[in-house]
Amino acid sequence: MGDMVKGNIAIAEAAVRAGIEVYAGYPITPSTETMEYLSARMPELGRTFIQSESELAAINIVMGVSACGRRVLTASSGPGISLKQEGISYMQQLNLPAVILNVVRWGNGLGSLDASQTDYLRETRGGGNGDYRNIVLAPSTVQEGVDLIYEAFDIAEKYRTIVVVMTDSGLGQMMEPCEYPDFREITKCSWGLDGSYSVKRGNFLGRDIQAESDAYITKVREIRENEQRWFAAGLEDAECVFVAAGMPGRVMEGLIEEMRAEGNKVGLIRPIIVWPYPDKAFAELRAMNPNVKGFITVETNGEGQMIEDVALYAKKNGFGMVPCYAITQACGVPKDDMVKEAFAKIVRGEKKEVF
Amino acid sequence: MAIEKHAPQAVNPAMFCAGCGHGVLLRLIGECLEEYGVEKKTLVAIGVGCSCHLKTGINCDLIQSPHGRAAAVATGMRRAEPDMFVFTYQGDGDAYNIGIAETLNAAYRNENICVFTVNNTNFGMTGGQMSWCTMPGQKTTTSPSGRDISITGAPIKVPELIATSFAPAYVARGCVAGPKEINQLKGFIKNAFEAQLNHEGYSMVEVLSTCPTNWGMKPLQAQKHMLENVAPYYTIGEIKPRKGAN
Repeated sequence: MGDMVKGNIAIAEAAVRAGIEVYAGYPITPSTETMEYLSARMPELGRTFIQSESELAAINIVMGVSACGRRVLTASSGPGISLKQEGISYMQQLNLPAVILNVVRWGNGLGSLDASQTDYLRETRGGGNGDYRNIVLAPSTVQEGVDLIYEAFDIAEKYRTIVVVMTDSGLGQMMEPCEYPDFREITKCSWGLDGSYSVKRGNFLGRDIQAESDAYITKVREIRENEQRWFAAGLEDAECVFVAAGMPGRVMEGLIEEMRAEGNKVGLIRPIIVWPYPDKAFAELRAMNPNVKGFITVETNGEGQMIEDVALYAKKNGFGMVPCYAITQACGVPKDDMVKEAFAKIVRGEKKEVF
Repeated sequence: MAIEKHAPQAVNPAMFCAGCGHGVLLRLIGECLEEYGVEKKTLVAIGVGCSCHLKTGINCDLIQSPHGRAAAVATGMRRAEPDMFVFTYQGDGDAYNIGIAETLNAAYRNENICVFTVNNTNFGMTGGQMSWCTMPGQKTTTSPSGRDISITGAPIKVPELIATSFAPAYVARGCVAGPKEINQLKGFIKNAFEAQLNHEGYSMVEVLSTCPTNWGMKPLQAQKHMLENVAPYYTIGEIKPRKGAN
């Protein structure tokens, strides 16, 4: 078993091992330990740490590094990630890869510092102007965060896209034992700018926008086909399937075992990647067990955000008339008793479905 | 003795309006890229506006930055590729209005980059709106009665701000008018190049330029106006000379 490490720091070290050459960021609770750690770690390895004047500057520095085909990271939380959306949209337009850590905190505007999933829809729908999606990884343990961010750079470069690692205050601030992967050799992507003007540009007039859009569709379909990832349990005989990601997903992994031991026929889908959404999990469920009577998300936000994806993929896979419920609390980590009480209400017909 | 002149290969005839100063600056930058032998090891961060024309105007690796953010993008390029020559090319609206934070902070960090800003006292590409460099009383599409500096603030002098507040390697303001001014400007640009190539740090050259289209003047009229009315406010010359330079 590895050492006890705080989530934000463990994820930072994993990014270092994945080969980031530059980190640029601006402090914001609850993500700041990531940049504090890197402010010492990067120079120690002869790499670059920049405390930028704003999140806006940070994402644009990231763009400059990425354009040179080098691995680069920025981290922030809710309002800081909002400021980065301009740069993310530009980078998606230019097909520039990067990894962005969003340690989600609750709320609109300044919000609060509590763990939450209020940024789910923003992260999974793109976030800035235009027609793009970011790949969004949603770890539920420190070790999973380490493993996912390490792999995130490969995924980002494979598709030349932005990958968001979405944790929350809970996962960022907690300590867990974790094992680090080996150091990756640092390489420059072959397409990175090297000053030789080998990639010719077109005029901004006379662009073939339909062709650009078609290329985007091809890329997105490839990502949807290859990058779905989820954890499943108890689906074979489940009458009711819980769907939860991140920290609520971790809670549900333990809780469904307990609930099944108490005689409830419940199962769990925990999306590990929330965009692309695990469509195939619902397809496999349909093939294995068409008798599901309800889907229930467990989320830390207002009236449920991921419930929209659950309803869409349930419908797509033949569960169109199956009701979808959301068990939510605004912030924090859902407690077993809260979920069990809400589940009992659903069973008694006292809680209305969302879709 | 015959002097052989050729157009620099690093730049192409660009699509600027007749009488615009951008083309002259671009040509001077192209000459310097060749003279210093860096045309195949250069990374450019351009802005949004008339500087968009560099997408086809310059044969170098280039990123079109979000509006105002070129200095931050160039920072990323500089840190990623320490051996490349890195410069930004923006207008005054881009670098001094929306991008003043990124512009000042790159100077504050003393990033080893060259920053070229074309000051034509308005937002050119969008059709001549007021910028922070618009002269008092100047009519633009958003100051139709003439700029009232009691409401808008006075024209901003960013090179002076940078030269006096931070520790840049080199700051100058040139002008594209006649041969005398253009030769002087070339000297400023060369100093900026040398400052970067010698790892002295940040350099900025602001370039006063005509904008006949949006000023509503003929090219020669615009040039006269620039020299008589704009240049006295935006003083031409070296604002912060290089250390050890004469």
